[in-house]
Amino acid sequence: MGIEEKLPSGFLLTTVEQAAGWVRKASVFPATFGLACCAIEMMTTGAGRYDMARFGMEVFRGSPRQADLMIVAGRVSQKMAPVLRQVYDQMPNPKWVISMGVCASSGGMFNNYAIVQGVDHIVPVDIYLPGCPPRPEMLLDAILKLHAKIQGEKLGVNKERAAREAEEAALKALPTIEMKGLLR
Amino acid sequence: MPDFENPVAGFGVTFKAMFKKRLTEQYPEQKKPTAPRFHGRHQLNRHPDGLEKCVGCELCAWACPADAIYVEGADNTDEERYSPGERYGRVYQINYARCILCGLCIEACPTRALTMTNEYELADRTRASLIYTKDELLAGLTDGMVDTPHAIYPGTDEQDYYLGKVTEAAPGTVRQPALSKGEKRADEVAADEADVAGPEATAHPGGATR
Repeated sequence: MGIEEKLPSGFLLTTVEQAAGWVRKASVFPATFGLACCAIEMMTTGAGRYDMARFGMEVFRGSPRQADLMIVAGRVSQKMAPVLRQVYDQMPNPKWVISMGVCASSGGMFNNYAIVQGVDHIVPVDIYLPGCPPRPEMLLDAILKLHAKIQGEKLGVNKERAAREAEEAALKALPTIEMKGLLR
Repeated sequence: MPDFENPVAGFGVTFKAMFKKRLTEQYPEQKKPTAPRFHGRHQLNRHPDGLEKCVGCELCAWACPADAIYVEGADNTDEERYSPGERYGRVYQINYARCILCGLCIEACPTRALTMTNEYELADRTRASLIYTKDELLAGLTDGMVDTPHAIYPGTDEQDYYLGKVTEAAPGTVRQPALSKGEKRADEVAADEADVAGPEATAHPGGATR
């Protein structure tokens, strides 16, 4: 509705933030975005044995407009990249991304011209999950870490301030090319 | 078969399922142990006296199909000794955003310095935090171990370590200052502390003030 975004900073806003975080983390609906072998593990996580429904993630949504979490499961080829971006853009805010597996996180062992070297080149990633493919427990662990992040998310003026501080920190950060000395 | 029997048979299946044992694993509360030889996060092992097994040969980095391992070796000295032999792994990094946990590095390791643990909860928020450095990968200290750098067990050489003749740190073994990491020798530290305590106290009589 947008009313919660206009509250004054203080006790009221932080209370609403906590309530909103609690509600949001308890019903995250993932979009179906399986690209490769990681999708098999993602399906296992959704099935009875590991049962993602225990965390309020009842079903994988076929339409991005009804989803708020994209689990990028598998290597993203250059040809798939615009499709992935479009699916992300079609998801309503607030939305989150888990890059599942090493191929989605950094390209993994496919260091070549066909594969995007990390899905964070295309969409902002919240949780990177290594593994090739990660076992269902690892995906559940990533989802629980995402829940912790969702719980701590800010609203309204607090959100603007957090974004501004992150921007300033990023501008002050030393560029990799200027880092000197041994890598350790 | 009469028509009403079909739904009865169908609900019979549902009814029987209510008495079956549940298969669901209660993951975060009850963690099921992995297979004993599960390929999890790596670990850099130590000799029984605390010296590192890694000799900085980079064979793991050469074996890695994903180029996830970065090693820089350096020479041991008597003032600063990390491993019993000539060389040690000075920089050791594994990029878990690339590592596919295949275990080829473990097969390549000539000293069994690199092994895998059963730990698998590796997800994180940034790519930088997925690069594990040596201090995160190195095994912890157990009884009888002294943290590196420290001197080799007196009267032994590298071979005795691999033959299992060294079972614990020699009595009186102390950690040496890591000079290559910017730590100072004990006498230098004492001199610095004296300076901080008061330049007047140590100043030469009649000497120029600093």
